[in-house]
Amino acid sequence: MSARSAWGGRLLAAHAWAVYLFLYAPIAILIVFSFNNEKQTAVWKGFTTQWYSALLDDRFIRTPVANSLIVAGASTAVATIVGTLAALGLARYKLIPRPLGQGATRGLLMLPLVIPEIVVGAALLTFFGVIDWELSLWTVIIAHVGFSTSYVAVVVGARLAGFDRTLEEAAADLGAGPLATFVRVKLPLILPGIVAGALLAFTVSIDDYVITSFVAGTGATTLPLYIYSKLKTGVTPEVNAVSTALLLFTVVLILIAQWLLRPRSGATPGGEK
Amino acid sequence: MDETAIVRIDNVSKHFGEPGAAGGNTFAAVDRVSLDVRRGEFFSLLGPSGCGKTTLLRMIAGLEMPTAGAIRINGAEVTHVPPYRRPVNMVFQQYALFPHLTVAQNVAFGLRYKGVATADYATKVDAALELVRLSGLGRRRPDQLSGGQRQRVALARALVLEPQVLLLDEPLGALDQKLRKEMQVELRGMQRKLDITFIFVTHDQEEALTMSDRLAVMNRGKVEQIGPAPDVFERPRTEFVARFMGAANFFDSQGGDGKFVVRPEKLHLRTAPPADPGWRCVEGRVEDRVYQGINTMWVVAGQRGRYTLYEQNVRPVRGGGPDVGDRVFVCWDQSHAVTIGGTEGE
Amino acid sequence: MNNPTARRWAEPLRVFGLVLPAWAALGVFFVAPLAIMLVISFAQRDAYGGIRPIEDLRAYLRSWQWLANYRQSFEGMYLTILWRSVWMAVATTAICILISYPVAYYIALLARPRWKNLLLVLAVVPFWTSFLIRTYAWMLILRTQGLANTVLLSSGLIHQPLDLLYNDFAVMIGLVYGELPFMILPLYASLEKLDRTLLEAAADLGAARAATFWRVTVPLTMPGIVAGVVLVFIPSIGQFIVSDLLGGAKTVLVGNLINDQFSWARNRPFGSALAFEVTAVVLATVAWYAIYARKRGGMEGL
Repeated sequence: MSARSAWGGRLLAAHAWAVYLFLYAPIAILIVFSFNNEKQTAVWKGFTTQWYSALLDDRFIRTPVANSLIVAGASTAVATIVGTLAALGLARYKLIPRPLGQGATRGLLMLPLVIPEIVVGAALLTFFGVIDWELSLWTVIIAHVGFSTSYVAVVVGARLAGFDRTLEEAAADLGAGPLATFVRVKLPLILPGIVAGALLAFTVSIDDYVITSFVAGTGATTLPLYIYSKLKTGVTPEVNAVSTALLLFTVVLILIAQWLLRPRSGATPGGEK
Repeated sequence: MDETAIVRIDNVSKHFGEPGAAGGNTFAAVDRVSLDVRRGEFFSLLGPSGCGKTTLLRMIAGLEMPTAGAIRINGAEVTHVPPYRRPVNMVFQQYALFPHLTVAQNVAFGLRYKGVATADYATKVDAALELVRLSGLGRRRPDQLSGGQRQRVALARALVLEPQVLLLDEPLGALDQKLRKEMQVELRGMQRKLDITFIFVTHDQEEALTMSDRLAVMNRGKVEQIGPAPDVFERPRTEFVARFMGAANFFDSQGGDGKFVVRPEKLHLRTAPPADPGWRCVEGRVEDRVYQGINTMWVVAGQRGRYTLYEQNVRPVRGGGPDVGDRVFVCWDQSHAVTIGGTEGE
Repeated sequence: MNNPTARRWAEPLRVFGLVLPAWAALGVFFVAPLAIMLVISFAQRDAYGGIRPIEDLRAYLRSWQWLANYRQSFEGMYLTILWRSVWMAVATTAICILISYPVAYYIALLARPRWKNLLLVLAVVPFWTSFLIRTYAWMLILRTQGLANTVLLSSGLIHQPLDLLYNDFAVMIGLVYGELPFMILPLYASLEKLDRTLLEAAADLGAARAATFWRVTVPLTMPGIVAGVVLVFIPSIGQFIVSDLLGGAKTVLVGNLINDQFSWARNRPFGSALAFEVTAVVLATVAWYAIYARKRGGMEGL
């Protein structure tokens, strides 16, 4: 018996298409309207790129863009190192007797992904207040390191789980000490995972609104904050344009990350013996 | 101490599990094994899965550490020396080729740790590839090779380092029957030509017999018997070894206690006991008769047990010999009988 | 390194060194702030939006004043807000299951293999883009001069623009829209692992398609369903953006309430208490899931 009955199958397919349409329609609408030659209503009045040129001329948008890139770059750099090391450490827990703290470390790394942003933002704001640290761009960077580390650790961890241990044994057997084995065998094979994790973390950082809104000092406005303040005062076409631009930028990064994470023929799943 | 022993395993054990309060739930994968491997020989560790043969091999390689006992290679104690400092190399069961390197890069991987100059890499790699008959494939990647080719790369990668002992962990397991037999012959020839000591792990007794000078049969972490192939095959010392080698015909000794075993091909069907006093017989009924091409296999049910015999089909078989249900005598030359349960030796 | 004691500790030390940076970074800049916030949740605000210092600690504790914020959160309008947050999260989760299951089923069992990967990527990509932007897009659609009203008006179906925005309806749409990808993936994962021959066996034994579905498919994909529930429920409970942009003055969720306390309401202790209540619900859900997963032999990669 196959699950393909003519009726049921077509119904399911139709439903699936509808859902995908639902998922992408708003985004498509946003993109389309960013080219609409019309300020207020939703009536199509012709194609224009004026909103995008307005963006390029907009002085006030440059600082938020720069800030976003700085924050994302800095926090991702730190998070990639810390997160990769943590994932490597977690993967080695199996080799020591009585894995103390494996659960605790895993839990720690999971916290930033689970705890709502509103809570994290409020906590960090309070924290900086208590230790008397003035809000600035630095506080934003520090705040972003938290969740970025978790994303990197999760992605790299997944790559490590599928890593074939016997490759390390073979390297050792052929004369490579622990450091050489890591550099010549392990690192090249998990590098796509590390880069993908970094790209994902970068994307999340660029997009973040809630946490950033709590801990950004004056002058530390990032792009999402800028967008938010604009759209709170009403829908404007410039907001459509900058949103579309940001959206497309992040989508490109994500697609690259997805490509990097495709299953490779090298690592065998469950490759430990 | 035996001068020709290149690997000496001295009372080595490997326990897994947590030692708890009441002796805990550890189990001994390898249990107080002692054996010597002689220089230049092809030595096999033979046994069913879980008998400890792979664990023992890995301890020689340095990938596992014994929980008790000592291992010596070439006279030097290496029990706790890490694998990258031992003069042995291993061919892994799944080959463990580095997917991100080409064949040539895989083979050259260990050369830098032997102090070989980069300029000499190419000659050595080419020589190794030629040895395993893979010349010209240096630029390919592992995922572009067939199973048999990958196996040869794994071999070349180990041999290029000129180890004193080569360890092979069931390297032919993933190959199909025909390729397997070819590789068996090839490996044997290679070993003789290079004059390297090979330690080979397998669960296939036929394979072990084909290739080895001496072999050790292992069961549940212990060595049941060591010796040259013909000895182990024709003169098993324990019931386990007898069964494992396919000699499943057991008879009670005339004295009362003890048993002896006779190989199936040494049993013969007769309609009446032969006159020769050196022969013994047992009565029974034919239970089954299976044509197997080269042989016919007979199963005869006697009073004390069931016996399996092989008779070579020298003459065309049609209709020849007893039928199922007939009464027959199963007879053998008593000099072919092997007593079981004696002391171990060698 | 031949010293057995040194050998035994080498590996644990190495592991410890590897996870140390993460513990340091997250410990100081994540756990510590949360701990501080917990402490503050037991305090009271002062007239200026700061924290009133406590003179007599013992009296303070004994009079149960330290629970004042928590008690207040269960009174009157605050309770309404909490309740609304919970039922909206539950409703979102339920709707997501209903919408996603058929999609996941389709991808896992019916789609042609070449398309599967593409469909999965398409389902995942929205998840990684800006939540803010995706929610904003709905403003474009639902507002009075937005796409929905424009289309309905011009087609003559309605004569006056509908109030589609700034109410519970809009927030529900926004929530479901935002969380949908989180539900599709785990459902797909467990459907993918489903042994098709079990379905064939059920049919062979006389079960019609519906019966097979309810008696075989659903129970066996329960781990995926549970994972999806957890992945959708948790962010929904702590939601802020959707209700902020799409909700009206009446659709206040606990996320907005917390945000208020830290901005114009200037009541950080109360906000902290609310934050912790949300955290408690979230952690309880995760803990429940961890126990559930362990009993079932675990599902990797949450």
